[in-house]
Amino acid sequence: MIAMEILEWVAVILVLIGSIISVISAFGLIKLPDVYTRSHAATKSSTLAVMACLLGAFIYFWSHDGYVSIRLILGIIFVFITAPVAGHLICRAAYRSRVPLARNSGQDELKSILFDGDIAATTVQTIEKEKSEENQ
Amino acid sequence: MKETILLLALVFFMVAIALLLYRVIVGPSMPDRAIALDTIGVNLISAIAIVSIVLSTKAFLEAILILGILAFIGTIAFSKYIERGVIVDRNGDS
Repeated sequence: MIAMEILEWVAVILVLIGSIISVISAFGLIKLPDVYTRSHAATKSSTLAVMACLLGAFIYFWSHDGYVSIRLILGIIFVFITAPVAGHLICRAAYRSRVPLARNSGQDELKSILFDGDIAATTVQTIEKEKSEENQ
Repeated sequence: MKETILLLALVFFMVAIALLLYRVIVGPSMPDRAIALDTIGVNLISAIAIVSIVLSTKAFLEAILILGILAFIGTIAFSKYIERGVIVDRNGDS
């Protein structure tokens, strides 16, 4: 009985830790200067917050009701897999759509590789195609 | 005591969602808004988990899975739209 009580307290403390980490992540999203650093704050710490909270919920249901919830484990695994993928895709889209870096960021090694080659050529091609369509 | 701590955690998540709504509204570029919307979805998942603990029901646990899948697919769709749509906008500008 004491063990169940201790497990419930562990679950509640895990949920509280997750909520505090989530608030810290939201402050990071407010304070950081550009998209790339904001995605750093958004994906990592927010994933940790959700995983701590769902693990707390899982332990709580396990100790309080004796109910092992497969759905919560699936939710933990799903968030753990998909959050880094989503952050990477958003950063890729932001860089390809030329969202500027912060003013005091050091150097941009991808710029000479990415924008002197294919992407610039394709944008020029689409510009020319649209101009020809307008002329027609 | 446990209920109080859980409600305090729920209030923390609501504060986080309010701060993220600020970023959604005033965000300087579209990827900012997409990242903030993704994080709002992820925070709503944990808020639903806390609500289902407080109400001591298991009926909301499906909503966690559904909301996780919807947030992920929405973020993928936003990133695809941003990556292609801004090129069209740029042609309109120049």
